[in-house]
Order: sequence, then structure tokens, then C-alpha cells
Amino acid sequence: MKRIYVNEEYCIGCRLCEIHCAVQHSQSKKIIKAFKEEAPRAMARILVEEEGPLSFAMQCRHCEEAPCIEACIVGAMYRDEDTGAVLCDEDRCVGCWMCVMVCPFGAIQRNVAGSKAASKCDLCYGEEIPACVAHCPNEALTFVEVGSMAGEGR
Amino acid sequence: MRYVIIGNSAAAIGCVEGIRHHDPDSPITIVADEPHHTYSRPLISYLLGGLVDENRMGYRPPDFYEKNRVETLLGVQVTEIDPQGRSISLAGGGELSYDRLLISTGGKPFVPPIPGANLPGVFTFVTWEEARQIGHFIEDRQAKSALVIGAGLIGLKTIEALLARGMKVTVVELADRVLSRIFDPTASRMADIILRREGVDVRTANTVTEIIGRGGHLDHAVLRDGERIDCDLVIFAIGVRPNTGLVPADSGIRVERGIRVDEHMRTTAPDVYAAGDCVEAYDRLTDEYHQIAIWPLAYRQGYIAGCNMAGYDREYEGGFPMNSISVCDVPTISVGIIDPPDDGDRYEIMDDYDRESLTYKKLVLRGHRLVGAMFINDIDRAGIYTGLIREQVDISQFKEHLLSGSFGLISLPKDYRKHLVMGSGIEV
Repeated sequence: MKRIYVNEEYCIGCRLCEIHCAVQHSQSKKIIKAFKEEAPRAMARILVEEEGPLSFAMQCRHCEEAPCIEACIVGAMYRDEDTGAVLCDEDRCVGCWMCVMVCPFGAIQRNVAGSKAASKCDLCYGEEIPACVAHCPNEALTFVEVGSMAGEGR
Repeated sequence: MRYVIIGNSAAAIGCVEGIRHHDPDSPITIVADEPHHTYSRPLISYLLGGLVDENRMGYRPPDFYEKNRVETLLGVQVTEIDPQGRSISLAGGGELSYDRLLISTGGKPFVPPIPGANLPGVFTFVTWEEARQIGHFIEDRQAKSALVIGAGLIGLKTIEALLARGMKVTVVELADRVLSRIFDPTASRMADIILRREGVDVRTANTVTEIIGRGGHLDHAVLRDGERIDCDLVIFAIGVRPNTGLVPADSGIRVERGIRVDEHMRTTAPDVYAAGDCVEAYDRLTDEYHQIAIWPLAYRQGYIAGCNMAGYDREYEGGFPMNSISVCDVPTISVGIIDPPDDGDRYEIMDDYDRESLTYKKLVLRGHRLVGAMFINDIDRAGIYTGLIREQVDISQFKEHLLSGSFGLISLPKDYRKHLVMGSGIEV
């Protein structure tokens, strides 16, 4: 199972990950159209935090025991059996924001302008490499097999 | 190994998923008095308000039982639990024996003994069936005005549903403010403003002493101060109490206000577990045992119970209250202790209130730990605070950033950030 790893030492805060995430989740998947023509504009599901020289990009960690799945009152938040990714069925989501309340990473956003549903990283479902990783110029984001990183918790 | 689960809501489903995580094969039977496939109870107010239809009520996909190899006895009442004989009795005869039992019978709506409380047109509102009955009643009787008794969580959701149906709503609350159990006075005042803005007639520090019918219809309710409120419909929304009626006094299962469970979600009877709104479980912020009737904890407790029932040792880390509700489309989140007792200088408050935009943020600190957080309107990334409360992180290093607009994971000490993400097997 592959996951996105975040390396704050390498992040230069360019926010290309945010841009390409939004494009990937737009209707056209074309950068100009996504930003100039589509309304509401697609949301990025990754967030760059920045303070002085420090910056990093963070998206859903796809927790092993995900608080958002436990808290979801309608069962919209679920685990994909094949990839283990935590996904949100936006058609089922009623926007109660329990997931926003419990995600310790603050990685779930409210798509108020668009779907009115919870918006989160889906690991670019169906793509070989998530858009944020593919477009990170400095390998601050990498997509690697769980368990293959040095110093990992498990 | 034979598992039996009484109940079919969040705790029961959590239990199935906990068991199946460790034991893929042994038979599981769910017995529940409601006839439905597992459904999302919080959605009944959305259903009544016409915001979702009946097809959206499911809590898990239609093939959930089949996939998890769960046998169901739905629409079946359990009449007795016999921990000595390791069996439960079913209405209409029949017994079911178990090796491990979960009691997840939920809560029972509280109805005070008021004259007129059993008249047609007076309802409680905790089941799908009640949502249907209330909906039909409103249509059949062309009901225009409703009286909601109780301005807590259920009351609020009830009010929203009735407003969505275009009804005139009055709410009567015994406490001196709305949402008094989950909001602080400032937040309650804001909710009060929002409700009145939507046309709700809010009566606090008051109560209904009698409900009067006339000619088969409801006519009015009488308040403690003597005032009459005309209404076609009354809904009791005072809250739920642990539904422990099935547990016999001599069963060896300790029941206080709810069924007492230990850190493995075990009751005091062997091989009998309990979870959800029917239990009093550990509150990690107050260090007490009591009922916290919220969905996420019901699921969590059920899941932990399921793991233990399957022989896999898991401890329930304790919960604390948390609620995310909209007050007439204004999002709010309240977590932990948000209205601490006046206790010398034990608690410290940090807050930020903007009257213009009706935005409110409040944090409650005990020593160097965060124990409560409350948000109105701006709720984004509230979960980071919930995480700090859950993990009881020492906030002294970044306290001054806590209320800043740019507060985020970046404000946290690097080692905590690492701990956070390492827990999920991910490196920062």
C-alpha cells in the first residue's frame, strides 16, 4: 500500500501541489480552464502551511483507524478496500462536519461553494502517482510503499 | 464462538467491524426492535425536513450484513438477558444463546409526566418511524404550528426540520438559555439570536405544565408562567437516557445511570459487553464515568468492544463530549469542557468574539493543557484543537498562536507533529 510522505525539510512553499491538486479534481483537468472558466473553482485537497523559512504540504494521512470514518453519521466516509485510502462519498455526505471536528490534521475541508460536502485527499484515485507528488519539484512529497521509510513508527 | 449484538446503530455496527477485523468467520447475530437495515439516526431530522429522502437513510451499504456474514433478527424485541444461562429471550418465544454478548440498546427519550403528554399529536423524535409519523401527521392535519420542548441538540435539529417544512415553531427550554449543555453562555446567546432571526419563538427558563386537546386535535400548551401557546403539534426533545430496561436487577450487571463498563467495554457480568448511549463510560477530561450520547463515541466503544469480544485486547481510551451542529445553517463545533466551573484559577479562557460576523472562538485551558474548544461560523481545522485535547498536549510553547488566524500544524512543536503523523505510519 502506497502513501504520500511529507518532508518539511525539502518543501520550498511553491504551492504547485495545491495548484495541481485543484486541477486534478476539476471537471476539465486542464489548468487554464480549471482556474479561469470553471465555477465554482475546484478545491485543492492539500494545504501548504508556511511560517518564516518553514513550510510543508499536508493532506489526509489515510489513518489506519480513521476518526473521520468513526465520526461520520451517514457512513459517507469509508475505506477503499483495494487501496486502503480513506474516501468520502460526496453524494452521501450531508455536511454535518463531524469529520472536520475530529481530524487531528485539519485535513478535511468544507466544500461550501461546490458540492457542500467534505473535501479531502483521495490519493488521486485511479492515477498511478497523485498529482501533488508528481508536480512537487523538490521531492518534498513522495509516494512510497508503507513500511519502506527509515525511522517509521511501524 | 457465537456473538450476539442487541441493537443495530452506531455501536452495533462498530462492534461488527471490530469483531470482523480479528475474527472473519464466527457467527454474529444482530437483534433489534426496529425493522430497518442499519440507518443513520441523526438523519431523521433531515428526513423530516425533506432534506434527504428515505433512500439516503442507510448507514452502511445494502450488502453490509451479507459481506460481514451477519445474521439479523430485525423488528424483534428482546425480552430478557440471562447472563448466567448465556442467553437472551425474544418476544414471541425463542431464545438465542451466545458466547459473547453486546448490549447496545441506545437511549430512551425522556418524557416528563405532564397531563396531556399522551394525546395524539404529541411525539418524541428519536426513530425513523417517529420521523414518518410526524411527517404524516403534519400532512394529514395540515399542521401549521409546532411546540418543541427542549432546546438541546435534539430540539435544535427538530426545530430545523420543522422550519424547513415551513412551520411556525415555538421552543420551550427549562434552562435559562438554549443549548446549555453543549454551549457556553456567549454561544447560547448567539444561537438564540440566530433562532429568533429565523422566526423561532424562544422561551427559556420556562416549561410546559399541561397540553390541552380539543375535538381530537391539539389546541394549546400551558406554560409554567400561565401563558398559552397555540400549537397543532408537540415534540418532546428533552434528551435521551440510557436504555437499560432489558437488564434485570439481579443479573450481576452493574447499572448506575447507564450500564457501567470498564476500559474493555465489559460490563460486570462475564462475557457481556455494552457500548453506546446505554452505557456510562470513562470521560478522560473529567475523570468520571457518565453517559456521553454522541455518535462517534458510540461507534468507537462498539469497535473496541468488538475487538475485545474477538479476543484481541484493546483499551477504550475514554471519550469526551463533542458536537458539530448547524444552528439554522450556521456551523458550530463544541468540544470538551467549554463552560468550566468557577473554580478559582484552575481554568483559563482564551476567546475571540466578533459580533458583526457572528463569529466566536473560545478555548479552555487547564494548566498547560487544552480541555475545551468552541467555534461558531469559523470551524475550519477545528480538529487540530480536538487532537490537542485528546492527546493532552502541553501547549505552553505555542499558546500565543492558539487563537491566531494562521494557527495550524506548523504552530506545533516539531516532535508533536512527528508523533502525530508517525502514529499513522507516515513521516513528516
